[in-house]
Amino acid sequence: MKAPSFAYAKPRTLAEAFELIERPGAKILAGGQSLIPTLNMRLSAPELLVDITGLAGLSNIEAKNGAVRIGALCTHAMVERSPEVREHLPLLAEAMPHIAHPAIRNRGTLGGSLALADPAAELPACAVALDAVLIIASRKGERRVRAVEFFKGLFETDLKQGEILVGAEFPKAEKSAFVELTRRHGDYAIVGLAAVTKQRERRISLFGFADRPVLIRPGSLEEAKGSLPKPAADLYHSSATKLHLAKVLLERAWNRL
Amino acid sequence: MGKAELPLHAPGTQVDKGYIGESTPRPNAQRLLQGRGAFTDDLRFPRLAHVAFFRSPYAHARIRKLSLEKARAQPGVVGVFDGRAVAEYCKPWVAVLAHLKGIKSPAQHAIAIERACWQGEACAAVVAESRTQAEDAVQHIEAEWEELPVVVDMEESLSGKRVIHPDLGDNICFKREHDTGGVEEIFAKADVVVEDTFHFGRHTGVCVEGRAILADYNAAEHSLTVYHATQAPHMMQDIFSRHLNIPEGNVRVIAKDVGGSFGIKVHVYADEMATAALSIMLRRPVKFVADRLESFLSDIHAREHRARVRLACTKAGEILAFDLDDLTAIGPYSVYPRTSGIEGNQVVNLTGGPYKHQKYRARMHVVFTNKNVTCQYRAVGHPIAVALTEGIVDLAAQKIGIDPADFRRKNLISDDAYPYTFPSGIKFEKLSHHKALDLLLRITNYAGLRAEQSRLRQQKIYRGIGLAAMIEVTNPSPAFYGVGGARISAQDGATLRLEPTGMVTVMCSVTEQGQGTEGIFAQIAASAVGVSIDKVRVITGDTGVTPYGGGTWASRGAGIGGEAVLLAGRALRANMLDVAAKMLSLDKAELDVRDNHVINRLTGEAKLPLAELGRVAYFRPDTLPIDFQSELTVTRHYTPRQYGFTFTNGIQASLVEVDPDTGFVKLLKHWCVEDSGTVINPMLVDEQIRGGVVQGIGAALYEECLYGPDGQLLNGNMADYLVPMAGEMPDIVCAHIETPTLQSQLGAKGVGEAGTAGAPAAVMNAINDALAPLGARVTRMPFTPERILQALKKV
Ligand SMILES: Cc1cc2nc3c(=O)[nH]c(=O)nc-3n(C[C@H](O)[C@H](O)[C@H](O)COP(=O)(O)OP(=O)(O)OC[C@H]3O[C@@H](n4cnc5c(N)ncnc54)[C@H](O)[C@@H]3O)c2cc1C
Repeated sequence: MKAPSFAYAKPRTLAEAFELIERPGAKILAGGQSLIPTLNMRLSAPELLVDITGLAGLSNIEAKNGAVRIGALCTHAMVERSPEVREHLPLLAEAMPHIAHPAIRNRGTLGGSLALADPAAELPACAVALDAVLIIASRKGERRVRAVEFFKGLFETDLKQGEILVGAEFPKAEKSAFVELTRRHGDYAIVGLAAVTKQRERRISLFGFADRPVLIRPGSLEEAKGSLPKPAADLYHSSATKLHLAKVLLERAWNRL
Repeated sequence: MGKAELPLHAPGTQVDKGYIGESTPRPNAQRLLQGRGAFTDDLRFPRLAHVAFFRSPYAHARIRKLSLEKARAQPGVVGVFDGRAVAEYCKPWVAVLAHLKGIKSPAQHAIAIERACWQGEACAAVVAESRTQAEDAVQHIEAEWEELPVVVDMEESLSGKRVIHPDLGDNICFKREHDTGGVEEIFAKADVVVEDTFHFGRHTGVCVEGRAILADYNAAEHSLTVYHATQAPHMMQDIFSRHLNIPEGNVRVIAKDVGGSFGIKVHVYADEMATAALSIMLRRPVKFVADRLESFLSDIHAREHRARVRLACTKAGEILAFDLDDLTAIGPYSVYPRTSGIEGNQVVNLTGGPYKHQKYRARMHVVFTNKNVTCQYRAVGHPIAVALTEGIVDLAAQKIGIDPADFRRKNLISDDAYPYTFPSGIKFEKLSHHKALDLLLRITNYAGLRAEQSRLRQQKIYRGIGLAAMIEVTNPSPAFYGVGGARISAQDGATLRLEPTGMVTVMCSVTEQGQGTEGIFAQIAASAVGVSIDKVRVITGDTGVTPYGGGTWASRGAGIGGEAVLLAGRALRANMLDVAAKMLSLDKAELDVRDNHVINRLTGEAKLPLAELGRVAYFRPDTLPIDFQSELTVTRHYTPRQYGFTFTNGIQASLVEVDPDTGFVKLLKHWCVEDSGTVINPMLVDEQIRGGVVQGIGAALYEECLYGPDGQLLNGNMADYLVPMAGEMPDIVCAHIETPTLQSQLGAKGVGEAGTAGAPAAVMNAINDALAPLGARVTRMPFTPERILQALKKV
């Protein structure tokens, strides 16, 4: 389990970073909590790792205009401990302790988690439920993408070679609920849901369910249960089990919305 | 005899027990915590080369062609070898034992030749200057494969439709039948008969430190020094010697720090044998450390049983007979040298073990499959036997309508019935089932738990209480392996040396795997000699240094190695008193040793510091009588022989809450009452039990090596294979009964496997107790949420 050899660069400015990540075989390295294991298991073999953790200005958390902007390099631990997040985004505050374990939360980043787009991860689902806007930068400038459009499939996003996710804006919501089921604390969820109520509309985003977060906007619990697509099975849980568990979670979260 | 009466001092003296029974901190813990451990992978040698293996991607395939040339041309590569090349230096082995009648297995090579029989079997070796380079080069090996039919299911294997090793005729490695007679008649007329089939998932022992070996061949001496993460250095010395053709005296095996073993590190692994052979072939040191992915593919797995069990009893609740049919699958080879027939054999020996019935019939098949090999892992067979027994006992209690604790009390062998021969033929010296049950009911507040359970049920909270009584094989005699022809020592030895400053060095053949063995040897040595524990240093794990012995397995370290230390300590004390008697011109009988001094036995008055005794004995023997020679290094050995095994007993309880909507099981609390004879260090004993319980909980709830129909391991990594983690573990309360074995003076029985033996059954019974009002029952471990939901017919 030794990573194949690769070159490593740690740019200090975004401009430097853009130049590096445009090179063929380049890959962005943030907290490394997902990327490094895939290298060690020789599941991927990038030629150049561009470590973006030295970039300034991407680790701020700021509340303004009814939203909280979180820099891509904020670690899960920073988000977990942020007073702004606790006050304005109780959904995220509730979700963060479910991500992995403290040691991993100390290194893993918001940007890394969103860019990775693991279908069982908490943050992409929260972003979809809250209708977050993802901020993407490249040599050409900045563009903004709504979370529902950003997640395209299994580990697939709207990000293109040469682009860096620099942050995300999470709008506030009146009410929220976060529940997930894991066999062991810190595992990726078997199935989970991140849900908010915004202007009386319930937005429920399921994860560990399909190839990306599944957003439903049901009027009633019955409608919610009926509107679930057929989930993908995993190693330990059939599609039927996941569907059943998702319905149980809907029941448990419903009254909080 | 309680431990207070144990003769831990020369008869007639009043010297106290010393450190026996005290929770003395283990001396090596601080060293390990400060990062000063020396694990095999920490060692650095000049000219050290590293090996990585090209492993079969198929569960069963013929190797049509291996192209090694490209790999040979990669940077840093020292050599690339196939099975034939390595076989010239390493003889193959066949893992059978004479006392397991009819057991058969094909010859196994260090590197597969012609055919791979499981996914992960090593088919070529790349040696390079670094592990990274070796792994890089492995990717350049090209193989042409011809896929062969794969047998993954054990029932299919037993049917023999496709035979994995055609030369053997069928897929049956070993079978055993046992019958006391009269079983059919009892079942025909019994008031109550219950029957069920239980399934046990294949799982593995996950050590913090992976398997590791560094072999250093010295051509000038034709000698081989092997630094090895092993439980049995002398066994490995013998094996390296015989299979690599080096005189035994030229092979030295050194086990420095070992990061957990659980039975994983007591077997012969093909890749480790290959590493040793490569060191000879290349005449330089070669190291192999299994990474986590390799560990899952090649460390032994265990369990994987399907067992049907029947129990007959009277209306009044008297158990009359057990009837067992066990099937277990072991992969394509029986594992050398202990064989893979032992686990099934233990299931036959132990099922029904705590109870009084006189009739027993068992049938057991061990079959080959195209999965990784299985062999002895912590508690070997016990978790199966205990779960079968206790699962069916609970079913009988439920059917008759008796509380499970009362049902056990009626049927447990009474505490005054010993020595006792169980219908499977095994003999018990002295057990304490009833005392243990009584203590368990007291510490659990059993009646209170039951009352709380029924109260909560009205609120639709489903709690379950599960009990599991058990017996356990410890301190095995040569009957375990030696009689079958295995060159595995059932005896162990200890050498104690008084140093000139009055310190004591202990060298013992039982090894330290992280369980604290060295700590208890220090306690025993200090107590037996009469020195304070800070004066004792312990050395283990070096065939060039310690007396010959078996090492660490089968819960034998404290009971056998500890006794050897005790006997050597007593002898050393006597020899020290000989010197003191001469020095003081007093009668030896008037003297004793306490607190690092020779004392007057009657008054307790200090007569001579041991440092002075040492100074005179070593540096001024001219002052001693001319016809006297001091002997301050003493070796003693010990072999348990009166009984095949020194059985222990215990009983566990588990309290769980099942969420019937999700199928999740919450572990609320766990208790274990254990009788392991003399408790030398309560803290270590409790931690052995707790660690063992956690591994047992792993079997019950989490751990399973999942294979696809093509024989591919689907979850061979730490993300997908679920080991139990601290967050989900309940508090584990330990309590003890002490019935010392009278076979030894120390009186210690084994304890290392007890937790693992009983916990799966306790958790299973607790879950089924919780599910009972919902009309559901589970018998397939691990009890995943999905399996529980299926039992509840929710999915
Ligand atoms: C044992 C363990 C358990 C875990 N459990 C969970 C869990 O329960 N839930 C969960 O959500 N996660 C879990 N994780 C993953 C963890 O949260 C990761 O930290 C996270 O998914 C990735 O963040 P990172 O900063 O480590 O990214 P990296 O590993 O550095 O990168 C991940 C991917 O994102 C890309 N990337 C990173 N940053 C950017 C950026 N700013 N712009 C564009 N691309 C970028 C990288 O190129 C790479 O492809 C677990 C990890 C481990 C090791």
